[in-house]
Order: sequence, then structure tokens, then C-alpha cells
Amino acid sequence: MTLLRIRNLSVDFATASGQFRAVDAMDVTVDPGEILAIVGESGSGKSVAMLALMGLLPWTATVTADEMSFDGQDLRAITPRTRRRIVGKDIAMIFQEPMSSLNPCFTVGFQIKEGLKKHLGLDRKARHARALELMEMVGIPDPARRLNAFPHQLSGGMSQRVMIAMAIACRPRLLIADEPTTALDVTIQAQILDLLTDLQAETGMALILITHDMGVVAETARRVSVQYAGQKVEDQPVGPLFETPHHPYTAALLAALPERATSRVLPTIPGVVPGQFDRPRGCLFAPRCAHADELCRTTPPPVQPPGMGLARCHYPLTEEGRG
Amino acid sequence: MTASVVTATGLSRFYEVGGGLLSKPREIRALSEVSFAIPRGKTLAVVGESGCGKSTLARVVTMIEPPTAGHFAIEGTEITPDQWEAHRDAVQIVFQDPYGSLNPRQRISAILSEPLKINRPEMSRAEREAKVREVMGLVGLRPEFYDRYPHMFSGGQRQRIAVARALMLEPKVLVLDEPVSALDLSVQSQILNLLLDLQERLGLTYLFISHDLSVVRHVCDEIMVMYLGRAVETGTKEAVFGNPRHPYTRALLSATPVADPKSQKERIKLSGELPSPLNIPPGCPFAARCWKVQDRCRAERPALDGDGHKVACFFPEGE
Repeated sequence: MTLLRIRNLSVDFATASGQFRAVDAMDVTVDPGEILAIVGESGSGKSVAMLALMGLLPWTATVTADEMSFDGQDLRAITPRTRRRIVGKDIAMIFQEPMSSLNPCFTVGFQIKEGLKKHLGLDRKARHARALELMEMVGIPDPARRLNAFPHQLSGGMSQRVMIAMAIACRPRLLIADEPTTALDVTIQAQILDLLTDLQAETGMALILITHDMGVVAETARRVSVQYAGQKVEDQPVGPLFETPHHPYTAALLAALPERATSRVLPTIPGVVPGQFDRPRGCLFAPRCAHADELCRTTPPPVQPPGMGLARCHYPLTEEGRG
Repeated sequence: MTASVVTATGLSRFYEVGGGLLSKPREIRALSEVSFAIPRGKTLAVVGESGCGKSTLARVVTMIEPPTAGHFAIEGTEITPDQWEAHRDAVQIVFQDPYGSLNPRQRISAILSEPLKINRPEMSRAEREAKVREVMGLVGLRPEFYDRYPHMFSGGQRQRIAVARALMLEPKVLVLDEPVSALDLSVQSQILNLLLDLQERLGLTYLFISHDLSVVRHVCDEIMVMYLGRAVETGTKEAVFGNPRHPYTRALLSATPVADPKSQKERIKLSGELPSPLNIPPGCPFAARCWKVQDRCRAERPALDGDGHKVACFFPEGE
């Protein structure tokens, strides 16, 4: 039974210079207890897609989808009131930049307890006990004292852990972590990732991890979806993806990792991600692709079968090279 | 060993904070007794977590802030703050964030010619333009970018502009403060290639500050691991990565994610937080988080010892 199913999701923004498509025909399916990583460079639409799911985009955004359902409930048709009952309880999100996502005017204890009150209706005592338990779970030393701390009194790692405590407070069934460790040091990052995977294993929740760090993907995810310029270009389990990437973009991205370098000169991907005005007609990656030909430049590529990693490419790569 | 371009001995930088009518100001020891020497054309990487004094070190080496104690020499000439002005062109810096470090109201031509206007007043306008165009070519910026503004460029191109600006005065040493951590992976490799290529062609010496160990492993020759303002381990890249001896270096290496799903490694879990630089414990700075701490570590501070591969620990790993 699929927990989250999104088909053909597109998000357009009305900008001063016309429509801009941030997410283009994206499909996401998540099963209960799964860890899915969404990787992509900045501007590839990975955060926007998740914000669209949470209903957190500003009015300038137009969200269209053929299907967007969570646990059998259609998220497109529900009223804002019903949505608020799901978001924050069954679907929770850890945002980027903990420093700016916490409200500086309230203590972290207040902010953690707010969700417990609204969604679970716990009384004051139970809320306090649960908040203490959560702070302990995420590894904050001296939790009773920290509950009364304001966000500015905490370090980046601490605030991020508070964010995680808030997100898991109501035992969500789907947790979306948007770059949960980008602002953190590596030793703290390791702690946070261990915490997330432990929680996932304990509670059986599904986890969507949005990141651009291939190392984090390799160590935590089970399935990976690669985004490029708003489109999903590949979707594979983590092992095969790192071994035999089928889309040239994934292959180029992996080759550009310094730790995979075989010589002093690193392989690069020429050019930049297309913007609002230079979107190619055919394959979006064609201008930067080493294998592109006339067909790629004129016709948008089909999505290959699952055996080819659902690669959005005319000529998916195989183990022997170009297929 | 060839003569070192940059030599630092016992560099320290303390800040005073707080203090009012009745309270004494407190001292933050951002950088304590750091020593290193970088030979010409080589790269020294400084790694550590936030708050370990990496950026303070960069500011002291670029002569933005005077050291509280210690000596600093370029090509054997010791430099004290009163001679800074004459020597500042020798060391230039590239900052982390290419979006914040370029003035959005200046054209590329103005950004790049400003160092020349200030430091080479004898140059004519035509000479300046020729020099700007030459350096733009050097870092791979197309000539038509000359009259454009920074907002018209992507992060990678902006970082090229920042590198070009640092190269205008033909420095001997380039301080690179997290030069690629704000960039996407596909662009990061372009900038790393550019930096390595420039180093080879111009014989530049780099002080490379980063927290990304996979990048550091790719570019550096020597490495210095810092913790709470002190160097805890120094040595060649091969020695430090191959046989890390300080427990902190071990923990740092084991915490760095490896982009290979098949690699199975034992991750060292550190407990606790970085102590506040306001009250640094008397013994080893890492004692509070170390898993093999003993009484001696809390009482005495271990000195950075050894030849070549130095480590500041009483009970180093890999004995």
C-alpha cells in the first residue's frame, strides 16, 4: 500500500517576467517505512515540490497534478481546515536553516508543545512530559532547562535538533527532511543522520530526504530520485544508482565527486542549469550532455522502463556505455 | 625542502567581549599558538568545524586583523602590522559566498580594476583595462563579460570573478576561505580545476580553508586539523588521511559521508558539544568529547609533537 502518491505534479510561478515552471511533471511514490532521497542542484525544484505537497507555497504558485494522495486521501480536494489536520501531524517537515525557521519570540518549549496541543489535545502535564521526552530523544543535554531557552540561545546543531523534535512530536507517518544537515558540521551531521535513520527504523515512518550531498544519499537512502531543472530524470535504488547510473546527468554528477577522481583534473559538466529564458526545446540536459545529438535537442525524451531506472533520456546509459 | 613562502610561528588572536561598568571583559581565544609553513606552489588545507578558528586564521594571514601574539613572515621577511600596507598585495583572499562578496552596483570591469586603482596608481587607464582583460582570460571569463553586472552571472561564474579579483595584484599567496562550499556539485569541480590549473601556471601558494574533507583530499598537499583555536594534528595529506592519529581527526574522518553505498564503516559517535571559546577547559580542548580521555587529559594540555606528522595528544591512535 502506497503512503504517498504524486503523479504529474507541476508548479508554475507567476513572475514579473512571465510564467516560470519550477517543477515539471514530477512523479513521487513513497511506501510506508521507505527512505527516499531526492537529489538535485539548486533550482531543480526539489524543495518546491515538497512545499506544494504541504500546501505551503505562496499565492503566486499554481499547483497542478493528476494525482496527489496521502494514505488514500486526495490532497488536492481537501479544505484548508482538513489539510491543517494532516500537515504537522501525519506529514511533518524539517526545514532548511533551523536558525530562521524557529520563531525567535517564543521559547523552544512553547514551539514544541504547540503542535502537541493542536493536534493531539494533550493536557499541560502530558505536553510537558512529551516535550521532555522528545528533547531527550534528539539528544539535547539538560532538556528541562533547554525547554525554556529561546532559539538565539542555541547553537545551529541544537536548533536543528529542536526542529526535528517538533517534526516528530506527533509521530508522523511521513517525514520530509529538506536539507536537514546542510548548515551543520560533519560530526553533528553524522549525529542527526543517525538519529533520523534510528527514528525511522523504530517508528516505521517513511522519510523523504532532500539533499545535494551524494555522501549523505549513499549512507542513508534506500531509493534515490534525481531531479534536474524541475524534472525527475532518474529513479533507482541506491546501490544500482551509484553503480550503473542510466541518465547521463546522474553519471556526470557522480563523476564530478572529488573522491571519485582518478586524476588531478576533475571531470566537469559544462554550462549551467537552464533558467527561465533559456529552457531547451528537447531534453533539458541536452546542452550540457556529452552524448546529445539532434534528436535530443529537438524532442523531449521519453521515460524509460524501470529496468533503465526510469531515466528521462533518449539514449540511457548501460554498463557497456551508451545504449 | 624549498624555502617557505609563508611562515607562521605561534600565531594567536584573542578577542575581548562583553565587559561593562563593573564587569571585566572576557577573552575569546579564537586562535592559539598556530604554526605552519607553506612551500611555494603548495597547498595547506585547514579543516575543522565551525568555531575552530579557521576564519580567524584567514583574517590574520590576509592582514585584516593583527595577531595578538606570534610571528608571521612572507618569504623570510617578518611582517608586523606597521608594514602591512607594503605587503598586503602579496596575500589575497577569495571568500566563501560569491553572492555576498561582489558589489552588485559595480560592473565586472570596476570590480576587477579597483585593486589596481588603489595599489598601482601609476598605471594608466589603458594599462589597467589590458591587465583586467588578461586576468579575465586567465580565469576563463569571456571578454564580453567586461561590462556586465554580478547579478547576470551564476554562482560558478561569480566565483571566477572573485578569483580574478584576488589575482589582480599578482599575489604570492591566495587564501581560499571555503571557496566551493556555496556551489553546486557540477560547478564545484569547475572551480577546483581552475584553482589547480592556476596554481600550476602561476606558482601560487594556497591556504585552503574548508570543512569538506573530500575536497581537501583532492586539492591539498599538507593538512592542518584545528579544534577550538588550536592545531591538533598536522602532516602531509597521505599521513593524516592514511593514518589519522588524533582522536578528533579520526572522528571527523569517520563522520564524513562517503558516496559509496557499499562502504561499511564504523562511525565514531561523538557525544557533547564544542565547549564555548569563552571558557576553554584547562587540559586538552577535546577532552570533553573524547572516548579515551583520562585524568591527565583534563589537567594538562598536550603539545603538538612529532616530526613531520605532528599530533597534540597524550594517547594518539595507531601506535
